[in-house]
Amino acid sequence: MSTMMMAGQEIEMGDDGFMLNPDQWTAEIAAEIARESGINPLTDKHWEVIDFCRRDAAEKGEAPGVRRITKQTGVSMKEMYKLFPKGPGILAAKISGLQKPKACI
Amino acid sequence: MATNGNGDLPRKVAIICSKGSLDMAYPGLVLANAARMMGIEAVLFFTFWGLDIISKKRVDKLHAGIVGNPATHMPAMIAGLPGMESMATHMMKKKMEELDIPPVSEFLEILDDAGAEMYGCQMAMEMFGMEKEDLVPQVKDVITAMDFFEKSEGAQTIFV
Repeated sequence: MSTMMMAGQEIEMGDDGFMLNPDQWTAEIAAEIARESGINPLTDKHWEVIDFCRRDAAEKGEAPGVRRITKQTGVSMKEMYKLFPKGPGILAAKISGLQKPKACI
Repeated sequence: MATNGNGDLPRKVAIICSKGSLDMAYPGLVLANAARMMGIEAVLFFTFWGLDIISKKRVDKLHAGIVGNPATHMPAMIAGLPGMESMATHMMKKKMEELDIPPVSEFLEILDDAGAEMYGCQMAMEMFGMEKEDLVPQVKDVITAMDFFEKSEGAQTIFV
């Protein structure tokens, strides 16, 4: 674990590059993580996914897998890969300030 | 993006699916999908019995292989009784559904949408008398073993 500065805030970060405390997350931090992952800017469609991930994780206690995101939001699998070309499984959770999803699908 | 440790080449995984039972179809598909979900390129090569996984006729009729499989914890004689295999297949499919793992045909669509590349093995297809039209539409091409090595250059290779 380490701390790093993001969007003017000190953030607790795991060794795998995922935020440890979802309560420290802000929209500005999301934008910064997205930029580092080659996504700029975050579109409404990205936000639809991020909002769902945050809501779902608050309810279930863990970040949703890609299949769950597609089934619950109606965002198609193809679209998920367009939105997060470098890997929707990890990026959706990372940008949402959550831990790596445990789902294999 | 994930890289393969050799400079800036994107990280890639090549999965050879050589078996056609339900329990041997899923491992390759799950691994390929997991790779894509984290931005790793994935190539799948279906050969020998693995062709059943991408055969239009067979894809939805794969069976769990229980005879000769000690991990079923069932005496071989009982596993071989009529109806046992169908029952095991039914149970496995039900479990998969509970875990929200899609049926194999839907899984192939997901992999295609995710940008995984799927190929049939030419030699095995000739052996089984199969044509490209016999394969599900997500299969990109029918290729030789040498083509496979070209496509899997620099990849981590997994044999199932």
